[in-house]
Amino acid sequence: MKIIKVGASVTQSNDRDAELQRLQLKAKGQLMINLMSSPGSGKTTLLSRLIRDMKDVKIAVMEADIESAVDAERIEALGAKAIQVHTDGMCHMDAGMTARSLQAMDDDESELIFLENVGNLICPAEYDTGAGLNMMILSVPEGDDKPLKYPLMFEKSDALVISKTDALPYFSFDVSRCCERARKLNPQIRIFPVSAKTGEGMGELEAWLREKLAGWKAGGKEV
Amino acid sequence: MHEMGIVLHLAKTLDETAEENKLSKIGRVTLQVGEVSGIMTDLFTDAWDYFKKKHPMLEECTLELETIPAVTWCDNCKKTYETVKYGKTCPHCGSGETWLLQGNECIIKEIEAE
Repeated sequence: MKIIKVGASVTQSNDRDAELQRLQLKAKGQLMINLMSSPGSGKTTLLSRLIRDMKDVKIAVMEADIESAVDAERIEALGAKAIQVHTDGMCHMDAGMTARSLQAMDDDESELIFLENVGNLICPAEYDTGAGLNMMILSVPEGDDKPLKYPLMFEKSDALVISKTDALPYFSFDVSRCCERARKLNPQIRIFPVSAKTGEGMGELEAWLREKLAGWKAGGKEV
Repeated sequence: MHEMGIVLHLAKTLDETAEENKLSKIGRVTLQVGEVSGIMTDLFTDAWDYFKKKHPMLEECTLELETIPAVTWCDNCKKTYETVKYGKTCPHCGSGETWLLQGNECIIKEIEAE
């Protein structure tokens, strides 16, 4: 027996697969966004709204869930390309699973590909999927203390969407306190309070997505 | 299932290391696990023992875990403190302007193999 010093992160192979995936997508001008949140925060509702509002952008969605195809059916009903990915009990998507999902989707046309990760604020934050951007949703009913409880998710996200702002009158959710807590963990994070139901705040989010997509296609170093 | 996911990634990285070094069998793997990495070591060991039986190269491989203590840096008073004991708030000055220096890693330190 010989001893070999490895000194590598356990997720080293995942990080490499993710980087390769990112380069391949960039070469094709496709921006993949890893969308993460708790179950029931309104991921599919937000995506449905984006698809309706941004008709000029070709959008595809990969719905990752442990079971069922209800989410993919909702997206397809809006005319966008969607596939349902079953994680077989796994609590997150990693780079290999994402790569196989992209292969299965076989789509070189879409410009914006949303990976709707498994509803979970913990594990998805730990695995690089190869997405160009990480976006998370925190819905008003969940409470403004979530940055304190799940710091890694807020640290890894490029954007935080505070969803269901139409419900603000019924909850003691303090938007400015939530923003302050999130920025303490991640000073660069972009925050968008929105209601996918009324459309409030959607314009800012959509403008940001367009800007990021244009930057990605232009091939600059920064997303 | 979180721990099982990590075991699968560990196995993949070990497979690659074995290929690079032309190894046929790994007898021991030493992992350094941060105190606040979110890995439950009991569950992790169970997941490992379950998985290795299905993976010929790792069948007899023992898992050794070393703990990396979690240390937080306070940006206000420029001191460090134990993360697990005090969390986000600096015990020296009470500031919340603090950053984790170490303790969330999961590193394969070394393997013993042939």
